[in-house]
Amino acid sequence: MDVEDIEIELFVRAMQLRHGHDFTEYAPASLKRRVQQLVRTHHAGSISELNRRLLHEEGFVTRVIEGLSVPVSEMFRDPPVFRALRDKVLPVLASYPEINIWQAGCAHGQEVYSLAILLEEAGLYERTRIYATDFNDAALQVAAEGIYATRDARDWSRNYIEGGGQKSFSDYYSARYDFIKLDQRLRRNVTFFNHNLVTDEVFCEAHLILCRNVLIYFNNALQDRTLGLFRDSLVRGGFLCLGTRENIDFSPSAASFGDIDAGLRIYQAGAGVARPLAR
Amino acid sequence: MTARAAIAMGCSAGGLAALQRVLPALDRRLAVPVVVCAHTGSADVSLLVELLGRVSALPVVEAAEREPADPGVVHVAPSGYHLLVEPNAHFSLNVDARVTYARPSIDVLFETAAGAWKDGLVAVLMTGANSDGAQGLRAVRQAGGYALVQDPASAESDVMPRAGLDIAGADACLPLDQIAARLNQLCLP
Repeated sequence: MDVEDIEIELFVRAMQLRHGHDFTEYAPASLKRRVQQLVRTHHAGSISELNRRLLHEEGFVTRVIEGLSVPVSEMFRDPPVFRALRDKVLPVLASYPEINIWQAGCAHGQEVYSLAILLEEAGLYERTRIYATDFNDAALQVAAEGIYATRDARDWSRNYIEGGGQKSFSDYYSARYDFIKLDQRLRRNVTFFNHNLVTDEVFCEAHLILCRNVLIYFNNALQDRTLGLFRDSLVRGGFLCLGTRENIDFSPSAASFGDIDAGLRIYQAGAGVARPLAR
Repeated sequence: MTARAAIAMGCSAGGLAALQRVLPALDRRLAVPVVVCAHTGSADVSLLVELLGRVSALPVVEAAEREPADPGVVHVAPSGYHLLVEPNAHFSLNVDARVTYARPSIDVLFETAAGAWKDGLVAVLMTGANSDGAQGLRAVRQAGGYALVQDPASAESDVMPRAGLDIAGADACLPLDQIAARLNQLCLP
Protein backbone atom coordinates (compact mmCIF):
# COMPACT_ATOMS: atom_id res chain seq x y z
CA MET A 1 0.00 0.00 0.00
CA ASP A 2 1.49 3.36 -0.94
CA VAL A 3 2.01 6.05 1.66
CA GLU A 4 -0.64 8.40 0.32
CA ASP A 5 -3.31 5.70 0.49
CA ILE A 6 -2.39 5.08 4.12
CA GLU A 7 -2.67 8.82 4.81
CA ILE A 8 -6.15 8.86 3.22
CA GLU A 9 -7.24 5.98 5.45
CA LEU A 10 -5.99 7.89 8.48
CA PHE A 11 -7.83 10.98 7.26
CA VAL A 12 -11.08 9.02 7.01
CA ARG A 13 -10.51 7.56 10.50
CA ALA A 14 -9.83 11.01 11.94
CA MET A 15 -13.03 12.39 10.42
CA GLN A 16 -14.94 9.46 11.88
CA LEU A 17 -13.40 9.17 15.35
CA ARG A 18 -12.75 12.83 16.07
CA HIS A 19 -15.70 14.46 14.30
CA GLY A 20 -18.33 11.76 13.69
CA HIS A 21 -18.35 12.22 9.91
CA ASP A 22 -18.39 8.93 8.05
CA PHE A 23 -16.65 8.89 4.66
CA THR A 24 -15.73 5.19 4.78
CA GLU A 25 -18.21 4.31 2.03
CA TYR A 26 -17.40 7.10 -0.37
CA ALA A 27 -16.05 6.08 -3.78
CA PRO A 28 -12.28 6.15 -3.17
CA ALA A 29 -11.05 7.82 -6.37
CA SER A 30 -13.15 10.99 -6.01
CA LEU A 31 -12.50 11.18 -2.28
CA LYS A 32 -8.75 10.95 -2.84
CA ARG A 33 -8.80 13.80 -5.37
CA ARG A 34 -10.82 16.00 -3.02
CA VAL A 35 -8.47 15.35 -0.12
CA GLN A 36 -5.50 16.17 -2.38
CA GLN A 37 -7.30 19.38 -3.33
CA LEU A 38 -7.75 20.20 0.39
CA VAL A 39 -4.00 19.86 0.88
CA ARG A 40 -3.45 22.47 -1.85
CA THR A 41 -6.23 24.80 -0.66
CA HIS A 42 -4.90 24.87 2.90
CA HIS A 43 -1.20 24.80 1.91
CA ALA A 44 -0.86 21.76 4.14
CA GLY A 45 2.09 20.17 2.33
CA SER A 46 0.81 16.65 2.94
CA ILE A 47 -2.29 14.74 3.95
CA SER A 48 -0.60 13.94 7.25
CA GLU A 49 -0.36 17.66 7.98
CA LEU A 50 -4.05 18.00 7.10
CA ASN A 51 -4.76 15.16 9.55
CA ARG A 52 -2.78 16.89 12.29
CA ARG A 53 -4.81 20.07 11.88
CA LEU A 54 -8.03 18.05 11.72
CA LEU A 55 -7.21 16.47 15.06
CA HIS A 56 -5.91 19.52 16.89
CA GLU A 57 -7.19 22.74 15.30
CA GLU A 58 -10.50 24.07 16.58
CA GLY A 59 -13.04 24.60 13.79
CA PHE A 60 -10.83 23.25 10.99
CA VAL A 61 -13.26 20.39 10.34
CA THR A 62 -15.87 22.86 9.04
CA ARG A 63 -13.51 23.97 6.30
CA VAL A 64 -12.67 20.37 5.49
CA ILE A 65 -16.38 19.57 5.12
CA GLU A 66 -16.70 22.50 2.72
CA GLY A 67 -13.85 21.09 0.67
CA LEU A 68 -15.27 17.59 0.65
CA SER A 69 -18.68 18.58 -0.65
CA VAL A 70 -17.54 20.96 -3.48
CA PRO A 71 -20.98 21.94 -4.68
CA VAL A 72 -20.94 22.48 -8.43
CA SER A 73 -24.29 22.94 -10.13
CA GLU A 74 -26.31 25.13 -12.43
CA MET A 75 -29.94 26.08 -12.82
CA PHE A 76 -32.07 23.79 -14.98
CA ARG A 77 -29.08 21.50 -15.50
CA ASP A 78 -30.04 18.88 -18.11
CA PRO A 79 -33.11 20.76 -19.44
CA PRO A 80 -34.85 17.60 -20.77
CA VAL A 81 -35.14 16.43 -17.14
CA PHE A 82 -37.19 19.52 -16.27
CA ARG A 83 -39.36 19.01 -19.34
CA ALA A 84 -40.00 15.43 -18.25
CA LEU A 85 -40.81 16.53 -14.69
CA ARG A 86 -43.26 19.06 -16.09
CA ASP A 87 -44.91 16.60 -18.49
CA LYS A 88 -44.83 13.31 -16.60
CA VAL A 89 -44.47 13.99 -12.88
CA LEU A 90 -46.23 17.26 -12.05
CA PRO A 91 -49.60 16.14 -13.48
CA VAL A 92 -49.55 13.25 -10.97
CA LEU A 93 -48.42 15.47 -8.09
CA ALA A 94 -51.30 17.82 -8.94
CA SER A 95 -53.72 15.20 -7.60
CA TYR A 96 -52.40 15.62 -4.03
CA PRO A 97 -53.84 18.35 -1.78
CA GLU A 98 -50.37 18.95 -0.31
CA ILE A 99 -47.09 18.15 -2.02
CA ASN A 100 -43.82 17.37 -0.23
CA ILE A 101 -40.60 17.47 -2.21
CA TRP A 102 -37.19 16.54 -0.84
CA GLN A 103 -34.18 18.02 -2.60
CA ALA A 104 -31.43 15.82 -1.14
CA GLY A 105 -27.92 17.28 -1.42
CA CYS A 106 -29.08 20.74 -2.48
CA ALA A 107 -25.54 22.20 -2.48
CA HIS A 108 -25.72 25.89 -3.48
CA GLY A 109 -29.42 25.67 -4.19
CA GLN A 110 -29.56 26.18 -7.96
CA GLU A 111 -31.81 23.17 -8.34
CA VAL A 112 -34.09 24.23 -5.49
CA TYR A 113 -34.86 27.52 -7.22
CA SER A 114 -35.23 25.76 -10.58
CA LEU A 115 -37.79 23.48 -8.99
CA ALA A 116 -39.64 26.37 -7.34
CA ILE A 117 -39.91 28.12 -10.73
CA LEU A 118 -41.15 24.92 -12.36
CA LEU A 119 -43.84 24.50 -9.69
CA GLU A 120 -44.81 28.16 -9.80
CA GLU A 121 -45.38 27.99 -13.55
CA ALA A 122 -47.42 24.80 -13.15
CA GLY A 123 -49.61 26.49 -10.56
CA LEU A 124 -48.63 23.99 -7.86
CA TYR A 125 -46.21 25.93 -5.71
CA GLU A 126 -48.75 27.30 -3.21
CA ARG A 127 -49.46 23.81 -1.90
CA THR A 128 -45.88 22.54 -2.06
CA ARG A 129 -43.26 22.32 0.66
CA ILE A 130 -39.67 21.79 -0.49
CA TYR A 131 -37.24 20.30 2.02
CA ALA A 132 -33.77 21.24 0.80
CA THR A 133 -31.03 19.41 2.67
CA ASP A 134 -27.27 19.14 2.61
CA PHE A 135 -24.60 18.06 5.09
CA ASN A 136 -22.56 21.20 4.39
CA ASP A 137 -23.79 24.18 6.47
CA ALA A 138 -21.84 26.71 4.43
CA ALA A 139 -23.49 25.49 1.23
CA LEU A 140 -26.93 25.69 2.86
CA GLN A 141 -26.26 29.30 3.72
CA VAL A 142 -25.31 30.13 0.12
CA ALA A 143 -28.41 28.27 -1.05
CA ALA A 144 -30.69 30.26 1.24
CA GLU A 145 -29.22 33.57 0.00
CA GLY A 146 -29.76 32.70 -3.66
CA ILE A 147 -26.97 34.97 -4.96
CA TYR A 148 -25.00 33.78 -7.97
CA ALA A 149 -22.50 35.14 -10.49
CA THR A 150 -24.02 37.08 -13.39
CA ARG A 151 -21.76 35.27 -15.86
CA ASP A 152 -23.70 32.05 -15.18
CA ALA A 153 -27.10 33.62 -15.80
CA ARG A 154 -26.87 33.51 -19.61
CA ASP A 155 -26.31 29.72 -19.64
CA TRP A 156 -29.06 29.29 -17.11
CA SER A 157 -31.41 31.38 -19.21
CA ARG A 158 -30.79 29.06 -22.16
CA ASN A 159 -31.34 26.02 -19.92
CA TYR A 160 -34.58 27.56 -18.63
CA ILE A 161 -35.93 27.95 -22.16
CA GLU A 162 -34.81 24.47 -23.23
CA GLY A 163 -36.39 23.09 -20.07
CA GLY A 164 -39.77 24.44 -21.15
CA GLY A 165 -39.82 27.69 -19.14
CA GLN A 166 -42.86 29.81 -19.95
CA LYS A 167 -41.63 33.30 -19.11
CA SER A 168 -38.22 34.91 -19.20
CA PHE A 169 -35.60 33.69 -16.75
CA SER A 170 -34.77 37.32 -15.93
CA ASP A 171 -38.26 37.69 -14.44
CA TYR A 172 -36.97 35.66 -11.50
CA TYR A 173 -33.93 37.64 -10.43
CA SER A 174 -32.60 41.12 -9.94
CA ALA A 175 -29.12 41.85 -11.33
CA ARG A 176 -26.54 43.92 -9.50
CA TYR A 177 -23.13 44.32 -11.15
CA ASP A 178 -21.49 40.90 -11.07
CA PHE A 179 -24.25 39.17 -9.18
CA ILE A 180 -27.84 38.13 -9.58
CA LYS A 181 -30.15 37.62 -6.64
CA LEU A 182 -33.04 35.27 -7.10
CA ASP A 183 -36.51 36.48 -6.15
CA GLN A 184 -36.79 35.63 -2.48
CA ARG A 185 -40.49 34.87 -2.95
CA LEU A 186 -39.25 31.67 -4.62
CA ARG A 187 -38.09 30.37 -1.26
CA ARG A 188 -41.28 31.08 0.66
CA ASN A 189 -42.13 27.36 0.75
CA VAL A 190 -38.56 26.06 1.07
CA THR A 191 -37.08 24.77 4.31
CA PHE A 192 -33.29 24.49 4.26
CA PHE A 193 -31.70 22.26 6.86
CA ASN A 194 -28.75 20.02 7.60
CA HIS A 195 -29.29 16.33 6.84
CA ASN A 196 -26.56 13.77 6.22
CA LEU A 197 -27.56 10.98 3.84
CA VAL A 198 -24.93 8.70 5.37
CA THR A 199 -26.11 8.87 8.97
CA ASP A 200 -29.53 10.57 9.21
CA GLU A 201 -32.99 9.02 8.92
CA VAL A 202 -36.31 9.48 7.15
CA PHE A 203 -37.90 12.81 8.16
CA CYS A 204 -40.91 13.26 5.86
CA GLU A 205 -43.35 11.56 3.53
CA ALA A 206 -42.22 12.81 0.15
CA HIS A 207 -44.06 12.76 -3.17
CA LEU A 208 -40.90 13.54 -5.12
CA ILE A 209 -37.23 13.22 -4.21
CA LEU A 210 -34.53 14.85 -6.33
CA CYS A 211 -30.98 13.77 -5.68
CA ARG A 212 -28.89 14.44 -8.75
CA ASN A 213 -25.19 13.63 -8.92
CA VAL A 214 -24.84 12.97 -5.20
CA LEU A 215 -24.88 9.18 -5.11
CA ILE A 216 -22.11 9.15 -7.74
CA TYR A 217 -19.75 9.93 -4.85
CA PHE A 218 -20.89 6.83 -2.90
CA ASN A 219 -19.73 3.24 -3.24
CA ASN A 220 -22.29 0.55 -4.13
CA ALA A 221 -23.17 -0.32 -0.52
CA LEU A 222 -23.82 3.30 0.48
CA GLN A 223 -25.68 4.00 -2.76
CA ASP A 224 -27.92 1.04 -2.01
CA ARG A 225 -28.57 2.13 1.57
CA THR A 226 -29.42 5.67 0.45
CA LEU A 227 -31.81 4.38 -2.21
CA GLY A 228 -33.44 2.38 0.62
CA LEU A 229 -33.79 5.62 2.60
CA PHE A 230 -35.45 7.26 -0.41
CA ARG A 231 -37.79 4.29 -0.87
CA ASP A 232 -38.82 4.52 2.80
CA SER A 233 -39.33 8.29 2.52
CA LEU A 234 -41.54 8.18 -0.57
CA VAL A 235 -45.30 7.69 -0.58
CA ARG A 236 -46.46 4.77 -2.71
CA GLY A 237 -46.28 6.01 -6.29
CA GLY A 238 -43.84 8.80 -5.32
CA PHE A 239 -41.10 9.81 -7.72
CA LEU A 240 -37.31 9.73 -7.61
CA CYS A 241 -35.09 11.77 -9.92
CA LEU A 242 -31.34 11.06 -10.11
CA GLY A 243 -28.51 12.44 -12.28
CA THR A 244 -28.69 11.47 -15.95
CA ARG A 245 -25.57 9.27 -15.87
CA GLU A 246 -26.23 7.48 -12.57
CA ASN A 247 -26.41 3.70 -12.55
CA ILE A 248 -28.67 1.92 -10.04
CA ASP A 249 -28.43 -1.50 -11.68
CA PHE A 250 -26.21 -2.86 -8.89
CA SER A 251 -28.53 -1.81 -6.05
CA PRO A 252 -30.98 -4.34 -4.55
CA SER A 253 -33.04 -1.42 -3.15
CA ALA A 254 -33.60 -0.18 -6.70
CA ALA A 255 -35.86 -3.20 -7.26
CA SER A 256 -38.68 -1.26 -5.60
CA PHE A 257 -38.56 1.44 -8.29
CA GLY A 258 -40.13 1.31 -11.74
CA ASP A 259 -39.08 3.40 -14.74
CA ILE A 260 -40.90 6.60 -15.65
CA ASP A 261 -38.10 7.75 -17.96
CA ALA A 262 -35.11 5.45 -17.55
CA GLY A 263 -32.89 7.54 -19.86
CA LEU A 264 -33.41 10.64 -17.71
CA ARG A 265 -33.26 8.56 -14.48
CA ILE A 266 -36.80 9.34 -13.30
CA TYR A 267 -38.34 6.49 -11.33
CA GLN A 268 -41.52 5.74 -9.42
CA ALA A 269 -41.69 3.91 -6.08
CA GLY A 270 -43.69 0.73 -5.94
CA ALA A 271 -44.57 1.01 -9.60
CA GLY A 272 -44.69 -2.77 -9.76
CA VAL A 273 -41.94 -3.18 -12.31
CA ALA A 274 -39.15 -5.00 -10.53
CA ARG A 275 -35.80 -3.80 -11.83
CA PRO A 276 -33.42 -6.64 -12.66
CA LEU A 277 -30.23 -6.68 -10.61
CA ALA A 278 -27.00 -6.61 -12.60
CA ARG A 279 -24.51 -9.34 -11.75
CA MET B 1 8.35 -7.86 -19.66
CA THR B 2 4.73 -8.92 -19.21
CA ALA B 3 2.04 -7.32 -21.32
CA ARG B 4 0.42 -4.12 -20.05
CA ALA B 5 -3.09 -4.32 -18.57
CA ALA B 6 -4.91 -1.20 -19.76
CA ILE B 7 -4.75 1.77 -22.14
CA ALA B 8 -5.89 5.31 -21.34
CA MET B 9 -5.96 7.91 -24.11
CA GLY B 10 -6.41 11.67 -23.97
CA CYS B 11 -6.86 14.26 -26.71
CA SER B 12 -8.56 17.56 -27.43
CA ALA B 13 -8.49 19.73 -30.56
CA GLY B 14 -7.99 17.40 -33.54
CA GLY B 15 -8.74 14.42 -31.34
CA LEU B 16 -11.57 12.95 -33.39
CA ALA B 17 -9.39 12.63 -36.50
CA ALA B 18 -6.51 11.24 -34.42
CA LEU B 19 -8.71 8.61 -32.78
CA GLN B 20 -10.14 7.71 -36.19
CA ARG B 21 -6.61 6.86 -37.24
CA VAL B 22 -5.50 4.97 -34.13
CA LEU B 23 -8.55 2.90 -33.17
CA PRO B 24 -8.92 1.07 -36.53
CA ALA B 25 -5.29 -0.05 -36.32
CA LEU B 26 -5.59 -1.68 -32.91
CA ASP B 27 -5.34 -5.46 -32.94
CA ARG B 28 -8.77 -7.12 -32.58
CA ARG B 29 -7.21 -9.61 -30.15
CA LEU B 30 -6.31 -6.86 -27.66
CA ALA B 31 -7.72 -8.08 -24.34
CA VAL B 32 -7.23 -4.89 -22.33
CA PRO B 33 -9.67 -2.07 -21.59
CA VAL B 34 -9.16 1.12 -23.61
CA VAL B 35 -10.41 4.30 -21.93
CA VAL B 36 -10.68 7.55 -23.89
CA CYS B 37 -11.08 11.10 -22.61
CA ALA B 38 -11.65 13.53 -25.48
CA HIS B 39 -12.75 17.13 -25.06
CA THR B 40 -15.63 17.46 -27.48
CA GLY B 41 -17.38 20.56 -26.20
CA SER B 42 -20.73 18.98 -27.01
CA ALA B 43 -23.39 18.19 -24.42
CA ASP B 44 -23.68 14.61 -25.54
CA VAL B 45 -20.87 12.20 -26.32
CA SER B 46 -23.09 9.74 -28.22
CA LEU B 47 -22.14 11.19 -31.62
CA LEU B 48 -18.43 10.69 -30.88
CA VAL B 49 -19.14 7.14 -29.73
CA GLU B 50 -21.01 6.47 -32.98
CA LEU B 51 -18.35 7.97 -35.24
CA LEU B 52 -15.56 6.04 -33.54
CA GLY B 53 -17.63 2.85 -33.46
CA ARG B 54 -17.90 2.91 -37.24
CA VAL B 55 -14.15 2.63 -37.75
CA SER B 56 -12.72 1.12 -34.56
CA ALA B 57 -11.33 -2.41 -34.50
CA LEU B 58 -12.83 -2.83 -31.00
CA PRO B 59 -16.39 -2.04 -29.87
CA VAL B 60 -16.86 1.54 -28.62
CA VAL B 61 -19.21 2.44 -25.76
CA GLU B 62 -19.83 5.37 -23.43
CA ALA B 63 -18.11 4.62 -20.12
CA ALA B 64 -20.83 3.85 -17.56
CA GLU B 65 -20.79 4.62 -13.85
CA ARG B 66 -20.06 1.59 -11.60
CA GLU B 67 -19.46 -0.71 -14.57
CA PRO B 68 -16.16 -2.57 -14.89
CA ALA B 69 -13.60 -1.43 -17.45
CA ASP B 70 -14.19 -4.38 -19.77
CA PRO B 71 -11.25 -5.78 -21.71
CA GLY B 72 -11.35 -5.49 -25.50
CA VAL B 73 -13.74 -2.53 -25.34
CA VAL B 74 -13.15 1.20 -25.94
CA HIS B 75 -14.86 3.23 -23.18
CA VAL B 76 -15.40 6.95 -23.90
CA ALA B 77 -15.85 9.49 -21.09
CA PRO B 78 -19.34 11.07 -21.04
CA SER B 79 -19.68 14.84 -21.51
CA GLY B 80 -19.92 17.07 -18.47
CA TYR B 81 -18.46 14.59 -15.96
CA HIS B 82 -14.99 13.63 -14.89
CA LEU B 83 -14.35 9.95 -15.58
CA LEU B 84 -12.40 8.15 -12.86
CA VAL B 85 -11.10 4.61 -12.52
CA GLU B 86 -11.63 3.20 -9.04
CA PRO B 87 -9.01 0.92 -7.44
CA ASN B 88 -11.14 -2.11 -8.38
CA ALA B 89 -10.97 -1.05 -12.09
CA HIS B 90 -14.62 0.00 -12.19
CA PHE B 91 -15.63 3.42 -13.46
CA SER B 92 -16.98 6.27 -11.41
CA LEU B 93 -18.06 9.77 -12.42
CA ASN B 94 -18.03 13.07 -10.63
CA VAL B 95 -19.05 16.69 -11.22
CA ASP B 96 -16.21 18.36 -9.35
CA ALA B 97 -14.88 21.64 -10.75
CA ARG B 98 -13.25 21.69 -14.16
CA VAL B 99 -9.56 20.80 -14.21
CA THR B 100 -7.45 22.86 -16.64
CA TYR B 101 -10.78 24.23 -17.96
CA ALA B 102 -11.99 20.75 -18.84
CA ARG B 103 -14.59 18.28 -17.65
CA PRO B 104 -14.00 15.48 -18.42
CA SER B 105 -10.34 16.12 -17.67
CA ILE B 106 -7.53 13.93 -18.98
CA ASP B 107 -5.53 14.62 -15.80
CA VAL B 108 -8.33 13.12 -13.69
CA LEU B 109 -8.58 10.04 -15.90
CA PHE B 110 -4.81 9.47 -16.06
CA GLU B 111 -4.22 10.00 -12.32
CA THR B 112 -6.98 7.64 -11.24
CA ALA B 113 -6.13 5.07 -13.93
CA ALA B 114 -2.54 5.16 -12.66
CA GLY B 115 -3.87 4.47 -9.16
CA ALA B 116 -5.86 1.50 -10.42
CA TRP B 117 -3.46 -0.12 -12.89
CA LYS B 118 -0.08 1.14 -11.64
CA ASP B 119 2.70 -0.17 -13.89
CA GLY B 120 0.12 -2.02 -16.00
CA LEU B 121 -1.09 1.20 -17.57
CA VAL B 122 -0.17 2.68 -20.93
CA ALA B 123 -1.23 6.32 -21.21
CA VAL B 124 -1.37 8.02 -24.60
CA LEU B 125 -1.46 11.81 -24.91
CA MET B 126 -2.25 13.15 -28.36
CA THR B 127 -3.21 16.33 -30.20
CA GLY B 128 -4.79 19.18 -28.24
CA ALA B 129 -4.71 22.93 -27.69
CA ASN B 130 -4.29 23.01 -23.92
CA SER B 131 -2.14 21.37 -21.28
CA ASP B 132 -4.69 18.97 -19.75
CA GLY B 133 -3.17 15.51 -19.36
CA ALA B 134 0.41 16.59 -18.63
CA GLN B 135 0.10 16.31 -14.83
CA GLY B 136 -1.77 13.05 -15.25
CA LEU B 137 0.97 11.70 -17.48
CA ARG B 138 3.49 12.47 -14.76
CA ALA B 139 1.39 10.50 -12.24
CA VAL B 140 1.30 7.58 -14.69
CA ARG B 141 5.09 7.52 -14.96
CA GLN B 142 5.54 7.85 -11.19
CA ALA B 143 3.36 4.76 -10.76
CA GLY B 144 5.53 2.84 -13.21
CA GLY B 145 3.18 3.15 -16.17
CA TYR B 146 4.22 3.69 -19.78
CA ALA B 147 3.78 7.18 -21.25
CA LEU B 148 3.31 7.44 -25.01
CA VAL B 149 3.10 10.94 -26.46
CA GLN B 150 2.18 11.80 -30.03
CA ASP B 151 5.08 13.49 -31.82
CA PRO B 152 4.07 17.18 -31.67
CA ALA B 153 5.20 17.59 -35.29
CA SER B 154 2.49 15.11 -36.35
CA ALA B 155 -0.22 16.64 -34.15
CA GLU B 156 -2.97 18.87 -35.51
CA SER B 157 -2.50 20.97 -32.38
CA ASP B 158 0.83 20.53 -30.60
CA VAL B 159 0.20 22.28 -27.25
CA MET B 160 -1.02 19.16 -25.43
CA PRO B 161 1.74 16.74 -26.49
CA ARG B 162 4.39 19.43 -25.92
CA ALA B 163 3.09 20.08 -22.40
CA GLY B 164 3.16 16.34 -21.76
CA LEU B 165 6.78 16.07 -22.88
CA ASP B 166 7.79 19.17 -20.87
CA ILE B 167 6.13 18.18 -17.63
CA ALA B 168 6.21 14.38 -17.65
CA GLY B 169 8.61 13.29 -20.37
CA ALA B 170 7.71 10.09 -22.21
CA ASP B 171 8.73 6.49 -22.71
CA ALA B 172 8.03 6.95 -26.40
CA CYS B 173 7.22 9.87 -28.67
CA LEU B 174 5.77 8.62 -31.96
CA PRO B 175 4.04 10.00 -35.03
CA LEU B 176 0.29 9.33 -35.16
CA ASP B 177 0.51 6.43 -37.61
CA GLN B 178 2.86 4.44 -35.34
CA ILE B 179 0.88 4.73 -32.11
CA ALA B 180 -1.47 1.78 -32.65
CA ALA B 181 1.37 -0.58 -33.55
CA ARG B 182 3.19 0.31 -30.33
CA LEU B 183 0.02 -0.23 -28.28
CA ASN B 184 -0.47 -3.64 -29.87
CA GLN B 185 3.12 -4.55 -29.12
CA LEU B 186 2.84 -3.43 -25.47
CA CYS B 187 -0.51 -5.02 -24.70
CA LEU B 188 -0.62 -8.29 -26.63
CA PRO B 189 0.60 -11.24 -24.57
